[in-house]
Order: sequence, then structure tokens, then C-alpha cells
Amino acid sequence: MDFMVFQYPMISVQACLDGVLLGILFALIAYGMALQWGVMNIINIAQGDLVILGGYIAYFMYLYGIHPAWGVIVAPVIMYFVGIAIYKLVINKVVDRDLFISILATFGISILFMQLMNFAFGADVVLANSGYGTTMLFDSNVVLPNSKIFSAFISILFAVCLVIYMKKSKLGRAIRATAQNARAAKILGVDTEKVYAATFGINAALCGVAGALISITFTIHPYMGLPYTIRSFMIVIVAGLGNLPGVAMSGMGLGVFEEFADYILGTEFRIGSVFLLLVLILVYRRFKLSRKREYLK
Amino acid sequence: MKLNKIILSFISALAILFSTSVVSLAKVVGDKIVLGAAISLTGKYSSNGVHTQNGYNMAVDRINSMGGVKVDGKTYKFDIIYYDDESNPKRAAQLAERLISQDGVEFMLGPYSSGLTKAIAPVTEKYGVPMVEANGASRSLFTKGYKYLFAVLAPANLYLDVAIDLAVEKNNGKPVTVAMAFEQDAFSQDVRLGVLDAIKRTGSKKVIDDKLPKELNDMAATLVKVKQMKPDVLVVSGHTKGALTAIRQISEMKVDVPMLAMTHCDAAKLSKQHGKNSQYALCASQWHKTLTYKDNFFKDGMTYDADFTKEFGYAPPYQAAESSAALLVFKDAFERANSFDQKKVRDALAATNMQTFYGNIKFAEGGQNVDKPMVLFQVMCDDAGKCENKVVAPTKWASAKLIHPIPSWSKR
Repeated sequence: MDFMVFQYPMISVQACLDGVLLGILFALIAYGMALQWGVMNIINIAQGDLVILGGYIAYFMYLYGIHPAWGVIVAPVIMYFVGIAIYKLVINKVVDRDLFISILATFGISILFMQLMNFAFGADVVLANSGYGTTMLFDSNVVLPNSKIFSAFISILFAVCLVIYMKKSKLGRAIRATAQNARAAKILGVDTEKVYAATFGINAALCGVAGALISITFTIHPYMGLPYTIRSFMIVIVAGLGNLPGVAMSGMGLGVFEEFADYILGTEFRIGSVFLLLVLILVYRRFKLSRKREYLK
Repeated sequence: MKLNKIILSFISALAILFSTSVVSLAKVVGDKIVLGAAISLTGKYSSNGVHTQNGYNMAVDRINSMGGVKVDGKTYKFDIIYYDDESNPKRAAQLAERLISQDGVEFMLGPYSSGLTKAIAPVTEKYGVPMVEANGASRSLFTKGYKYLFAVLAPANLYLDVAIDLAVEKNNGKPVTVAMAFEQDAFSQDVRLGVLDAIKRTGSKKVIDDKLPKELNDMAATLVKVKQMKPDVLVVSGHTKGALTAIRQISEMKVDVPMLAMTHCDAAKLSKQHGKNSQYALCASQWHKTLTYKDNFFKDGMTYDADFTKEFGYAPPYQAAESSAALLVFKDAFERANSFDQKKVRDALAATNMQTFYGNIKFAEGGQNVDKPMVLFQVMCDDAGKCENKVVAPTKWASAKLIHPIPSWSKR
């Protein structure tokens, strides 16, 4: 236990800002997960691996002399088609089965992706340098890498665009209709098959954006996907499906929580604390539900 | 019915073929000494696994082409059976069993990483198979009383204690304050123990002692604490991802620290991935091409570096060099034992006292090499941004003068 974070107020400010910026990025990944979970009732274990794949796209652009920031445009385009391909090959066969089957299927995809990435890109830890520099605040007591600020900004931009798209476009309306009631939507002429494919594609594209941003801010590695899956799962559970402000809030909350856990408990408990929080929230939810049931009695 | 018979006879033919091939692969056949190795060709250690394999292969080719191994008046050539352990300790132990009991291998080369060596050592020990390993540095490997395990490399606890000594020396012999961040794996924790010993020995003080998780890619919290506490030395060890993450975030967060010491810089291709940002980092290394050790096969470090680069298209990291050295040790031991008796070879290995291009090799009771100090190199860049690793400690091998303290970010 280390309470340094409270002894120095500037460290608290630093932790909060780091957490918020990080949380916005998590929220983007979680939003993709919430979308396809809501529409298709599939929990995608391979979410984190799609993120890492997006990261590799930005990394390869960087290797070939293109600024990795362009990855936030290229990666989603490629990942959209990767998403469609995964849907056509695997997901459409499990989409109306129970949750267990789809978890198994996406778990399989996750392992496959990890091994394929390892095979294709090697097991080295890599990163893409943006050269964005640093912002100093409060007499340079708080430092924010511009790459983190850039990530948060791009994440918000993509999330806002997506919300507008879902509200205004025909496909967006179809996706929302399918999420509400797939059968009714089908009867009313919505091609749900197409909607499912597009949803999975959009989710993969969002992962692509997030991956490109992660390669700029942190590091990527074929086996680093799972923590991102778990975080987005956790955010979605807290926020609920189809609740974008909730996803954003719980994303940032998780980011700040992680940073403080890192300072107080130590870096080694960072991911562990996320798991612990997940368990606590699930227990709390159950507790709340059972109370509700008692009222009904 | 007829088809069934054909299939059956085909299968039995295959079975016979396999059983004979197993026999023909065994131990020393004709003019071949067959060594076995489980190497991580896939999985998370695959890049270093490949370095290891390339190092082994390079030495096999070299020794074979320069006359092979002479035992009892006859000349033998080395041959290696490789299996892919998928970077998985359980798999590695299974493969060691298979190499020994099915393939009849009587002499083994080590896998990559301390964890996998730990998994294999009990198996080779059980069968009394001498194993020369080049990539397992964890101290715990050498405290178990293994009789058949020999490591050509210096143990992990010696990786970074030199850095603390160096910092004290630069501080006019006065104790220093040390911030530490180590991953929670066998290797890094051993490095940590070595640093702790050095801290105690020099009367220094540790001000931060962070443990980094396996899935580490953000150590901003540690670095914020470093900014606040202003230690004299920051020590980081977390394999390649630790080195890469540290340099990225130190440069982004403009963390000023007089001395930064790390492991795995060359495996992380630090100067290539980070360029000038990695400047001044001190890195522990088992080997460096500018060291002046010599042998008859690879001549010296510079020649090894050139030959390896020519053959494999990249400069050899120390993981490759130490792997090559393992075969030189085996050759030397076979010739001195003048026999293929496992016990005699084991005794000859234990009595090894030789110099290779990689360094002096002499094994202690526990099997670790005690005759080869670690070196520290510093990343130094020219104005054009081209970076090179130059040995700065120990002084005997230094090819450049240590730059200390590291200039602050505002002056770079």
C-alpha cells in the first residue's frame, strides 16, 4: 500500500487526467462491444485481438514511413472488412444460438488471431512513434503525452460520428430496430443478416481505430488482447447495453480507478483490481436484483 | 476388404519405418553426435527462440566445417534434433522426455528463457543427460543442486548490480538512492535480488520498489513517482516490453534521472525503435561484439558479428552468441572426456575452463558460469540520430566513457 498519491495533490491530478484519457479509449472499444452485444447478443472474446490487429496495421504503416496517425483512417477500413469476413465465416452460424456457443466461438477466434498474429508479425513487442511531444501543466508538475490527448480526441470524434450515423442513417435505424426486436424488424422488411454483418464490421472498425491509437500511445504484442476484452466487458456490464453516455462515463471511471489502483496497490495489481471490481459489481447487481424480487413478492 | 488390407499394411509399413528411424536418430550414430533441443519457435518467446536456434546452427556448421569433434581418434560431426516447445513450459518438459526416451538423445542443449529451462532441468537430471544451456539465467536454476546442468551465461542476479556500483562510484563513493521497477517473473525478480544485494552492500537506499505485471504496457504511475522522488538511479527490468515501455514513457513524460539502467535493450532493438529517445540508457548484456575474447572457431566478437550478419541478415543479439558458445563447450568437453559416456562427459563439462569469443567459461558447483562478468553498454547517438551501443563498464572492456549524469530533457 502506498498513499503517495494523496500526499502529493499533483499526483492525484496526474492520475485523474491519465485515467480519463485512458478511459475514453477504453470506452470506444466498449462501445463497439455494447453495440454488437445489444444487436446480436454475442459477447465477443476476440474484441481485444481485433484491437491488437488494428494496432499492427498502424505499426506497419509506420514501418513503411507513413505517419501512424493515418492508421486511424486506414485501420478501421481494413478492419471493417475483416469483421465482415469473420461474420460470414463464423459468427452467422452462431448468432441465434445461446450465449455459451457464441462465447466458445469467439474464444476460438481469439486464439486463432493470437497465433496468426504471432506467426505473421513475430512475438516482438512493437510500437509506432508519433513524435507528438508532451504537454506540461501546472508548472510542469503534470505531464500529458500529446499522443494520449490525441487518442482521447480521436476516440470522442469516432464515437460522436457513430452516434449521429446510428440516429440519421437508414442502416443505423435498421441496426437499432434489430436490436430492439430482431423478429419484428425482419417482418417489417429489415434484412437482419445484412444488419448483423454491418454491426460486426462496425465493431471491428472501432477496434481498428482503438488499436491504431494504442500502438501510438502504448505498445502492442500478439498476446496483449485479453486485458482489452476484459475491460470492455466490464464497462459494458456497468453501463448496460445501448447506453452510450453510460459507456463513456464508466469507461472514464474505470480508467481513473485503474490509475489509482496502480498508485495505491502497485502496478502489479492494476489488471487484478479490474477483475476484482468486476466481481464486486456482479455481486452488487445480483444483490440489487434479489432485493427487487423481494419487493415484488 | 482388399482396401482394408492395403491400408493396414501401409500403416504397419509406416510404423516399422518410424521405429527404425527412431533407432537411427539415437545419440551417437556413425560419425554424428546427435544433440536434442526444445526451442520456442512459436509463441511468445519465438523471436528469442529463433535467435537461440540460429546461434546453435551457426556453431554446428562452423565446428563441422572446421574438422568436427575428435573423440577416441575418430572425427564426429554435430547434429541437432529440434522440437518446438511453443513457449510453453509443460510442452518443453514433455519434449525433453520425448527427446531422451524416444529419440534416444544423450546430450541436450537448453531452450530459451529461465522458465523453460526450469521445466526441462528436472527431466535431464532424472535421466542423467548432460545439458549445456545458454538462455536460462535465473538464480534458482543453480541452487537446486543439479549435477547435469551447465549454463554458459552469468546468472540473473549479476545483471544490474554493476550499475549500482557504477552509480556509487560516480557519486564519489557515497551511497545513492535507487528506484526499481521489475516485472514479476523468475528472471526479473532475480535481477531485482541482485540489485537489492548491491544496494545493501553499498549502503544505498531504495526509494521505489514497483512490481510490473506480465501484461505491462503502461508504467506511467511508476514514472510519476520517480519524478517526485528524484532518485539517483532508475532500474527497470521487464523483458523487451519493459524496455520499450520505459523509454517511450520516460521520453514522453520528460522524466529526468541521472542514471537509467535496464535489461533486454538489444533484444528490444531499443535504438532502432526509439532512436534518440533511447540515448544514454545503460543496458546489461551478456556479450558485446567489441569484447576482446578469442577462440579458434569464431575468432573474436567482431568476426562473429560479421559472419552471423552475413548468414542470417541481422546483427547477433547476445542470445545468439551465448547459444553458439554452448556448442563450443560441448565440443571441448567431448574431446577432453574422449568418450561418449554421459558421466564422463558430465565430469569433463564440470572441469571446463576455456575461453570462447563469447567470454571465459568455468562452471561453479551449481552449474553457472562464474568466469564471465556482465557488461554494461550505453546507447550513444550522433547528431544524425544514428545510435550505437558502446560498452562503458567494467572499465577493462570499456570502449567509451560513461556519460553521467544523463542530460535533462530540457537540454536535449
